[in-house]
Formats: sequence, C-alpha cells, structure tokens
Amino acid sequence: MFDRRLFTNFDWTLLALVLLITGFGVINIYSASSSYREIGTPYFLKQIYWTVAGIMLCLTVCSIDYHMLEDFAYWLYGAVLILLVLVLVIGKTSMGATRWIHLGFFTVQPSEPMKIVIIMTFARFFSRYPVFQGLTLKDLLYPLALLGAPALLIMKQPDLGTAILVSLIAGTMLLFVGVRWSALATLAAAAIPTIFLGWRFALHDYQKKRIYNFLNPDLDPQGSGYHIIQSKIAVGSGGTFGKGFMHGTQSQLRFLPEQHTDFAFSVFAEEWGFVGCLVMLTLYLFLIFWGLGIAKRCNDRFGSLMAVGVSAMLFWHIVINMGMVIGLFPVVGVPLPFFSYGGTSMVTSMVGVGILLNISMRRFMF
Amino acid sequence: MKAHSGIIPDGDGSRRIIWISFGAFAMFFLLLSRLWYLQVVDTENLLDQSENNRLRFVPVAAPRGAILDRNGKVLVSNTPSFSVAVIPKDVKDREQLVSSLARLLKLDPKEIQDKWNKGQGRAKYYPLVVASNISRDQMEFLEENRLSLSGVNIEMKPVRAYPNGELASHLLGYLGEVSEEELGNERYKDYNAGDYTGKSGIEKSWENFLHGTDGGRQIEVDARGRFLRTVEETASTVGNSVMLTIDLDMQKVAEQAFGDKAGAAVAMDVNTGEVLAFASNPGFDPALFTGRLPADKWKEYLEDKRHPLENKALKGMYPPGSTFKIITAIAGIEEGLIDAHSSVDCPGYYKFGNATFKCWDKKGHGHVELRKALRESCDVYFYKLAERLGVNRIAAYAKKFGLGAPMGIGLDNEKGGVIPTEEWKKKRFGTKWFSGETLSVGIGQGYVLTTPVQLASMIATVANDGVIYQPHLVKRIVDLDGKPIKEFPPQQVGRAAIKPSTFKLIKEGLFAVVNEPHGTGGMARLSEVKVAGKTGSSQVVKMRDSKGEVPYQFRDHALFVAFAPLEKPEIAVAVIVEHGEHGGSAAAPIAGRLLRAYFEGKGVIKKPVPKQEPKDEKGGAPGSGTPTAPAAAPAADTDTE
Repeated sequence: MFDRRLFTNFDWTLLALVLLITGFGVINIYSASSSYREIGTPYFLKQIYWTVAGIMLCLTVCSIDYHMLEDFAYWLYGAVLILLVLVLVIGKTSMGATRWIHLGFFTVQPSEPMKIVIIMTFARFFSRYPVFQGLTLKDLLYPLALLGAPALLIMKQPDLGTAILVSLIAGTMLLFVGVRWSALATLAAAAIPTIFLGWRFALHDYQKKRIYNFLNPDLDPQGSGYHIIQSKIAVGSGGTFGKGFMHGTQSQLRFLPEQHTDFAFSVFAEEWGFVGCLVMLTLYLFLIFWGLGIAKRCNDRFGSLMAVGVSAMLFWHIVINMGMVIGLFPVVGVPLPFFSYGGTSMVTSMVGVGILLNISMRRFMF
Repeated sequence: MKAHSGIIPDGDGSRRIIWISFGAFAMFFLLLSRLWYLQVVDTENLLDQSENNRLRFVPVAAPRGAILDRNGKVLVSNTPSFSVAVIPKDVKDREQLVSSLARLLKLDPKEIQDKWNKGQGRAKYYPLVVASNISRDQMEFLEENRLSLSGVNIEMKPVRAYPNGELASHLLGYLGEVSEEELGNERYKDYNAGDYTGKSGIEKSWENFLHGTDGGRQIEVDARGRFLRTVEETASTVGNSVMLTIDLDMQKVAEQAFGDKAGAAVAMDVNTGEVLAFASNPGFDPALFTGRLPADKWKEYLEDKRHPLENKALKGMYPPGSTFKIITAIAGIEEGLIDAHSSVDCPGYYKFGNATFKCWDKKGHGHVELRKALRESCDVYFYKLAERLGVNRIAAYAKKFGLGAPMGIGLDNEKGGVIPTEEWKKKRFGTKWFSGETLSVGIGQGYVLTTPVQLASMIATVANDGVIYQPHLVKRIVDLDGKPIKEFPPQQVGRAAIKPSTFKLIKEGLFAVVNEPHGTGGMARLSEVKVAGKTGSSQVVKMRDSKGEVPYQFRDHALFVAFAPLEKPEIAVAVIVEHGEHGGSAAAPIAGRLLRAYFEGKGVIKKPVPKQEPKDEKGGAPGSGTPTAPAAAPAADTDTE
C-alpha cells in the first residue's frame, strides 16, 4: 500500500509554510497571554500540543487516499447533519449559544467538521455532474439544498460566523465549477429580500448589535463597540515597525478583548507593525495560492474541487478574521487559522492541510 | 488505486482558478491597504489613543503658601488632614464594612453609603473617599482596627489651618473646589475639577502666588485601571507666602472692639498706605468651608441679620454721613466761598423752598463758624454751603480724595461707591437734579455711598495734606525660605491739590471734634496723643421722630474717621458700626481703641494695668487731663426731610 512515490512527492513546502505560520502564531500567543494569570499549562505550550496533535491528524488524513473520501462524502454529510439537529435538541448551552453536544466523555461541536464535510459533499456532487457552460438555476437546486440544510441549522444555534463561512466555502466552489451569469443575477436579485427578511426575523439581537457597532463603534465605546475600537487602536498604534515583541501596550495591559484567540492578529500587528503584517499576509497569500496551485495541478475533478474548497476555507477564515481585527468587517467569532489559540480551529485547519497534502502528493498517481 | 471520478478538469477549470487567485489577491490587497492606512497613515492618532488608554496623570497638589501678618506671625497655614478611602475591589462585605466604619468614625452609615454610591461608576481599583477630615483620634482608632477593615485606606493631604480662628476671616477668605464656571475662565486654565482654590479674600485675589505649582505622576494602568508603575514624576512646588501689611494685634483689637455689633474698621498707615487692620464683623469660620459646611451653620450664617459672610470693609457701601462734611468744607474753602470766620446762624433747621431741612440738634447751634460747624457737626452750616457750591463742585472735590471709585486695595470685587453729579443722575435715573438733593449730599446723605476703605483713605489724605498713597494689604511675597520674591513698597498714586492752609483749618476743626467741649467725637480721645476725627451717622431709612425703639435694621449707621497724632500723622482709621445709631458713641470708641492699640504697640502709650480695662471701655479716656468731660450726650447728626 505504501508507495515510494508518495514520499518523494510529499509536499514539504506546504507543510513548512504551515509550520512557519504556526510558529509565528505560538510566539504571538506567548506574548498575548503573558499578562494572564498563570493557571496550569500556559497557552503557548497548549497551542504547541495542539499543533503536534494537528500534524498527526494531518498526516493521518493524508495517508488515506483521498479518492476513498469520495465514497464516504454523503455518509459523512448525513452523520454531521444529524449531529447538527441533535445540537439543537440536546445541546449544551454556553454564552447564549448552543454549539456543543456531550457524547459520553467528550463534547463535539458539529458545526466545525461541517466546514470540511461541505467541501467533500460539494466535491462529490460536482465531480460526477456534467456541466456545460456553467450551472443553470435548475442545476443549483440540489447543491443549494445541500448547503442550506446545515447552514440554517448552524445559524439557529446561533453561530452566524460558521454559517457564513460554510456558505462562503460552498459558494467559492460553485464559482469554481462555473455558474451562468443569468443564474448569478437571479440569485443576487433573490438575495436582497432574503437579507432583509433575515435581518428582520433570523438575526439575534446580539448579532444585529455587532453589525450596528461595526457601522458605528463610537455609539457605545465602553460597551459593545469596545472590541472594534481597541483592536483598531492596537493595530494602528503599532505603526510601521511595531512596538516590539512583548511591548504592545494594548495587549500587555489587556485593553484588547480575546487577545490570544480571535484578536491574536491584533496583538501581532501592534508588536510587529506594518512590516510584520506584510510578512504574515504574504505567507497566507502564498498558502492560498499554493492550495489553488494544487487544485490546478490535480488530474481529477474530485481532488481539484476538494483543493479549491480547502483553499477557500482557509482564505475566508483569514479574510474575515483580519477584516474584523482591522475594522473592515463586523465582529464575528472567526479564528485566524494556525495563528489564533484554540484546538478546534487547529484541528479543522490541519485536516484541511492534510487533504491538500493528500491531493498534492497523489497528483501523479493514476 | 483507481480514480472514481471520470471527468478531468477542463480548460475552463484552470482559467477559473486563475480568476479565483486573482480574487484572493485582490482581497488580500484590500486588507493590506487597510493595514497601511491604520499603521502608516493614521498611526499617530491611534498611538495617541493607545497612550491615553494606558497613561493616567495623577496630580499631586502643591501645598499652599501661608498668609502672614506684617511681623511674620501666621494667619493661615497648612495642616495635614486625614480622610478614609475604600478600594471597592478589595472589599469583601460592603454592608459590614460600612457599618463598622460608621461605628468607628461615629458617622451616619447612610452618609458613608451615599458617598460610596456616588463613586460607583469608577474603576473598582480606584480609592473612593467616604469620610474626609477625620480627627487624629479617629485615625488612630482606625489604625488599631486595621485588620478587620480590608480595603480601607487612610489618605493624607494638607488643608488650611487657621490658628486665630475667625480672625480676619473676610480678609483672608476661604478655599473651595474650583467651580465649573471658574474652570472655563482663563485664570484657571491650569486647574482640574476637584482642585482647591481661593474663593474669597486674599486666598482668591492672591491665588497665583499662594497656589504653587502642582506636581504629578504619570502612571501606567491596565484596562481595569489598576496601577502598574510610575512612568514619570514631577515634584510639586510649595506656593509662596503672602505677607500682609496687617498687624495681627491691631486686627484682634479691632474685631474685639465691635463685640457682637456688626460693622467694619480699617486702619491705615498714613505715610505708606499700608492697611494695618481690616476688620469686618461678625466674622465666620473659614475652616468650615474647606470641609463640608454643616447645614445648620450655613443656615445660621444666612439668617443672621448682621450678615457674617459679607466683607463689609471692602464691599459695604454706606452713606458717609457727616464724615463727608470734611469734603464739603474743603470745597467751600478752596472755592473761596467760606473762610474760618464766615458764619451762619443755625436755628435748628433750614428752609429751602417748600422743604424744611432739620439740623440734628433741634435747639440749633446759633452762631456757627467753620470750627464749630465741624466740632458740633452743624447741619445747617453745611446745607447752606452745599447750596452755594452745587453738587458738581462737591463731587469734584470728593473725587480728588479718591471717593467714588474702587481704590485697588488688592482684593477682588472691591466696590466703588457713588459720588453723585447732575450728569450721574441723568444717566442713572434719567431725571433732572433737584437742588434740594445737593443739600443732602453736602452732609453725606442722599445718593452718596462710600466704603470703609475709601473713608480710611480719605482721612489719611487729609492727614497727609493731600498726598494719596495706594492703600494696600500685601507687603511682600516670600518664598518657602522666607526670601522676598516681590515687594510692594509705598506708592504715591495722587495728590489732592488743596492749599496747605485749607488742611490746617480742617485739621483744627477735626481736633476740636475730639478734644473740645461739645465736640461729637470725645470718646476717641487719647490723653497721650492728639487725635483728630469726625463723627457721622447715616440714615438707613427716613423714619426719624418715631417714638420708642427703632427696629434694628432701620437704625442709623454710626461712623467715625480719625487720624493721629495731629501734628505728624501716622495712622488713620475709619469705623462703621451698622445700625449703631450715633457715630460719637458707637464708632468713636472703637476708633479710640484702635488708635490706642497702635500707640501702645509703638510704646508711645504704656499698656494699661488690666484693672483699668472695664473703665476704659465705658468712659473713653480715663484719667485724661483734658479740660472737657467726654461727650455727655451721644452726638447724632444728620437729618433731611
């Protein structure tokens, strides 16, 4: 089963790139959490443990031929969808949202694997679906139903960030498959009343408040606008070269919220300045391009679609998180892949990278 | 391994990946542009904001300079004051702490609770003052019980101390927190809300010197306002001390002489303009204003008919009454209308048109010449003189003596008084001047208003043969080590161009007032020193001849101006006793005691054996060798109808 070619074709560049970004992330978490009161294992160390676990998972994922995933795609989709329904029925509520379910001795957050599963499902669907000159509205019916079910369930938890991410991932894959202009225009026309109705009925008050605050953070600078304002101050006060490692006043004195998780990049921007940000953006862009390159070089449609999906997943995480940190987007709890502290994000991102490595090293196998 | 998927990516797929890459690049470029804007373009502004987040300026108030008398005796200084503050986050059981604090400090728990609630919005790490100005005993008691009081801090700051209690309270003034209105003023541009500043008197007018330079600490705090470290520290500089021209002993005598009567007394060095005593009675306790003024005390002050909070020496405007006859007389001589021997017959009244102007002595003074007119304060003499002079000429002479305008004594809000002219009335009331009104002006009634400071300066100018010195209260400013920083030497600000012979005549008349039989000012007489002066009493309302007791607030004011010694004057005084009725009996004795205190201080008069005191108080000059008895009947004067 083990082919020598797999080792020769292993995508060391991708792995190195991921480890480099993760390394910066760990260093940054060290600084971001240095002002925290010491309880148990420090965050940066835990992040290293998660990274090691993530890499093991990543290597496990890439050891199984991705073509086998094609057979499991719908089964996995069905299983995670059931879990999403279960969350709403028997889920554990924390901080006003129900995202977790207890499964005996551990808890799972099924919205997170859905990011990967939707990629597999769409890849499976379109790999055998003949497309001529783009998808028509009729062609979109099934895929939109496949997306809509989990997206609405996740929105209901409520977890707007993940729902948007899942939709963006799926949408990017649709664009890759190709959508006719007429269908796009119709969808766009349908989107406007949907957004209006969504705002009116589907969004929770705290979600609306976040959007209001994004539009005008000065409405409530001490309250809900605080995150956006303080993060912008942190980023901007870093200037060109930054305040220096461990010398960011906004982070060290804890003016920043969630500074080791969602706002980790804010800490980095303050301490390393524009130059540091430029380096990070370049690394991330390189990662995305590399993922898309894998998609381009892949010989089969399923692999290609999967690679685009994973690239889209990473891309949208990066854009939404950074956009939030620098005040371009409203505050939604989306972590920066490999950079924000957190096991869940690390696992999902590493599984994604595992898939990319998987596809990359099997591109010559036929 | 066998591939399941049959369809191989076509050319379209590759092309779309390029499009998608392009889209990704565009998004990243957008992020980078935003970062460029924040970190390069707008960085200065955001850096400022981050500095504002972490840096706090904690002002350290400079101790105020002291206020000293002319001999360096302390009038106002500083003393440490202890206050109790709690740090809310360190408090475990608030209810319990409040009740034990209330018990230990003997305060109402509600009061503590209220102050606590007021500071509720602030950071939990910030000390919150719940009781200020506690006594040393209370503090020690708290210290002993420290262990059971976690979260309680005892803070020390300097506050004003008044070793002489209420003495010179109006002159010294009091402190208070700078008001919002003041904060908007250029003069207070360096002040912050909560800072203390002089609110009246010397404390206010000489604030610039007394205040010193506040220091401060730039501290770094975290997001919760917790103190982390001191970044920078600037020491405060103690304010300079203000040395007054006031003589503490004379000031004491002046205030004691009033007893419980209301009024003002100003004593001035004739040859320098230095104010030796500046009393306004009754006084108030300036210490009450630094802490919280008890409501009952405040009410008491406001309801007191004698208006203890009013600085009568500076702002009290009184008709000068017969003391103004000095001006009328000078004007008459200078204008050539009278000389020492011009005479008038006083039948006790003067008919002017349809009106009858009464002399204070209904029996009349008979044949009156200048000396007698002054000595016995004959109204009819001055009615007739005033009529001939006209109001404008009288006003011109009054102004030569500095009346009718603030003197610039060195305190805020000094009043200027009123010296009426025909033009003034036209402007003020829009009506014509009636010649009858001139008669009232001639005896210091009607529209004429003067302040005690002005009257003191006026009589000093007479004593000086016309040389006007700037009346002033501050002798010099000294720094912490006593080194003079600024001196205020005597300053001649004018000269009333009056012939020396005129002054000679007036002075003879004023000497007669105090020292001759029938003189109205006998009670100011000193056996060792020749005193010259003039009594006055001024109407508050037109209600003479009413039988029985006149209600307090309608009684006439009693005035007395004097200088001594006659030949080589050194000191001038002006005394006003509100509703004291007769200048000769109410005001002259106070002036006499002031003059006595001055010459005792100089060693000219030997200090009396304590036994003699009571007699001295009652009878003017005991054992005096002068031929006349002290004015038998209290001398009253004016009347206009």
